[in-house]
Amino acid sequence: MDWSLPLNISTQGVQIDNLFWLIFWLTAVAFVLVEVGVLWFLWRYRAREGHRARYTHGHLGAEIVWTAVPALTMIFLGIYSGRIWAGIKSPDSFPKDALTINVTAKQFEWNVTYPGADHVLGNDDDFTIRNRFEIPAHQPVVVNLESEDVIHSFFIPELRVKQDAVPGKVIPIWFEATQAGDFQIACAELCGLGHYSMRASVVIHEPEDYERWYNEQTGAAQTAAAD
Amino acid sequence: MATMTAEPSGIPVREEHHPQPFIRKYIFSTDHKIIGIQFLFTTLFFLMIGGLLAVMLRFQLGFPGEAMPGGSILPETMAPGGIILPEFYISLVTMHGTFMVFFAIMPLLVGVYANYLIPIEIGTHDMAFPRLNMISFWLFLISGLMMLSSFWVVGGASRSGWTQYAPLSANPDASGVFTGQILWCLSIAVFGFSSLLGSINYITTIVNQRAQGMTWFRLPLVIWALFITAILGLLAVPVLTAAVIMLLFDQTIGTTFFLPGGGGQPLLWQHLFWFFGHPEVYILILPAMGFVSEIISNGSRKPIFGYKSMVFAIMAIAFLGFIVWGHHMFQSGMNPRLGMSFMVTTLIIAVPSAIKVFNWMATMWGGAIKFTTPMLFAVGFVMLFTIGGLSGIFMAANPVDIYIHDTYFIVAHIHYVLFGGSLFAIFGAIYFWFPKMFGRMINETAGKIHFALTFILFNLVFFPMHGLGMEGMMRRIYDTSRYTHLSDVQDTNTMISIAAFGLFASGLYFGVLFFWSLFKGKPAPDNPWEANTLEWTLPSPPKHGNWEQLPTVYHGPYEYSHPDMDRDWLLQNERPDIVSPAHEVTIRKGEA
Repeated sequence: MDWSLPLNISTQGVQIDNLFWLIFWLTAVAFVLVEVGVLWFLWRYRAREGHRARYTHGHLGAEIVWTAVPALTMIFLGIYSGRIWAGIKSPDSFPKDALTINVTAKQFEWNVTYPGADHVLGNDDDFTIRNRFEIPAHQPVVVNLESEDVIHSFFIPELRVKQDAVPGKVIPIWFEATQAGDFQIACAELCGLGHYSMRASVVIHEPEDYERWYNEQTGAAQTAAAD
Repeated sequence: MATMTAEPSGIPVREEHHPQPFIRKYIFSTDHKIIGIQFLFTTLFFLMIGGLLAVMLRFQLGFPGEAMPGGSILPETMAPGGIILPEFYISLVTMHGTFMVFFAIMPLLVGVYANYLIPIEIGTHDMAFPRLNMISFWLFLISGLMMLSSFWVVGGASRSGWTQYAPLSANPDASGVFTGQILWCLSIAVFGFSSLLGSINYITTIVNQRAQGMTWFRLPLVIWALFITAILGLLAVPVLTAAVIMLLFDQTIGTTFFLPGGGGQPLLWQHLFWFFGHPEVYILILPAMGFVSEIISNGSRKPIFGYKSMVFAIMAIAFLGFIVWGHHMFQSGMNPRLGMSFMVTTLIIAVPSAIKVFNWMATMWGGAIKFTTPMLFAVGFVMLFTIGGLSGIFMAANPVDIYIHDTYFIVAHIHYVLFGGSLFAIFGAIYFWFPKMFGRMINETAGKIHFALTFILFNLVFFPMHGLGMEGMMRRIYDTSRYTHLSDVQDTNTMISIAAFGLFASGLYFGVLFFWSLFKGKPAPDNPWEANTLEWTLPSPPKHGNWEQLPTVYHGPYEYSHPDMDRDWLLQNERPDIVSPAHEVTIRKGEA
């Protein structure tokens, strides 16, 4: 453990990490102010012979300052975070040219469904791979997330993606990877006995490698269908 | 038996105090002080249970797959050969949260101190409904024992997390637990009735039975906090009671409130649970803030800074507390626009919390601070609650929450608020009011050792969890070695676990100190901390019925270091113009 966020490989992860560190520095200032203040007051105003505490019930100016400063900081943070949130989550933010994949969670596995050779999901030539999630880098991906039994949560730490999969709902999310590599999907919501090992491998390909992999798979799927 | 007559105000008063039989005095008591003490013993027992569960789950995280020393006494279904099974681990996590929230922290704050303090701080003989008060305690005890018994039923205790997310909780096939799950729901339903009876009692008593001169803005802040908390409990807990009954129906009689197969909505459970659950968070912190306000003003020998802004901050927190529940559900699939509004309310609630922290600091500023054990715990509260409050901002900002939701960052946050916050304040309160409750002092040096151990070990356990959360370590997982992104967290987890065992041991040390002091502590004077509120005018411990003649209140509770006074405190029933320096000696005689 090294007190850092892990490698980030998504476009939206940059904004999330920047916001994280912005809040870190804002709270660090407040933290130092309060903790050093408390320790200093404890020392400076310790009970001593012949010293009597100040008799005061408050100060309106001080109250206004320490109400207004946190309030303004929070308003700023709210507006700033709101924009990022909308850019990730709002329906308008979803890219039009995205590759769409279905992921269905169930105790304790991830089933990933790709469109077949016609590049359209929801018909007979779709093919499903268990516990293996392969996507291209440098292209937006939309995942339609479903669950068959209980609530699971689709978490890929390096992509800064987390979304609950809720039975009875289809929840779309999107992201874009900026580099190729091997990672994992982890389940982040307690889903029962096997929750701790509900994982799948994530393979992010360079676009041309993905194309090759996809063509192999659709070919295989067609052959399997022909049998 | 005492006879009851009515005063002109209509408040019943006990005129005589014949000795009561043991069973009426200590077991089925209607005396608010005895009920408070019954709650104290019961909740300290449940606190120890919650701690023991934490020790076991930390053993698995620190030493995965190893046999727990002494664990071989556990049955095969939990830990064969002392090695904790994954299913038992989930029960441990679930029951640790359940016991700490419902049967330790909440009743320690409310059951113990609302009962004990409200009548003797507002100046009345007892609660408005003493028998309801007794029933509230017995329902609480029954619900706690029901919850505990679920470890011994077939299938073990609930395995759905303390938040009981449906469908896992609603469908026994998914969780693998049937009886334990039903017991969870029944226990919480009984608990809900207990809490409701308590809330009605506290509200009625504070509204109707304040002593003459005890105006609203002369109430001690702890009473304000308990009053607002009781209102939160009255409005929020019945929602949970209703929800667990619905959940029970889903489990047993085939309804589908939360099961999508029959047209139900899993997210409905989350909305109901958190509509209760977030006000609950403030139920768990507001009384603690009340204790801290009393203790810091007393320890600094200074009036509390900004009394009215403290009261309005409590109200603001309580009101906003009802409209922030959705921040637990940012990643639940709820409409993202709702995520925006819940983020805004959640960030705003940081403001009254900040006001309170600054007011406590300003109370210490210019004071004459005494380093008593209660004061150390109260200052510890301010330092640690600040960390918990600031870490809350990370998850309130919902884009960051996408990453840290359901990770150890959240675990660190909740423990800084509930342990570093609430439990530190509870320890402070126990040390502060122990002399009044039992007529004996707890040794100061022994108390300070407890504080130092708890403060250091607490930070060693929970601060590194922020780092684990940043690494992406998920909550409630049995074994981190299954994940490539968690390949280097084991050393930290082992260190945390060893510190956690020490923290549990420091809790046991406190238990020994507590019981030793009950019998062997030095006899306590009436007002050992030289405090101002009305309970310190009574003998330690006060008699049944508290006052022969009800006191009259002349001013607020924080008149420390009043310029007209020689001594640096002024009881609420003393008038400074009468208790002037020259007259002080005679007045003191008159009091006695």
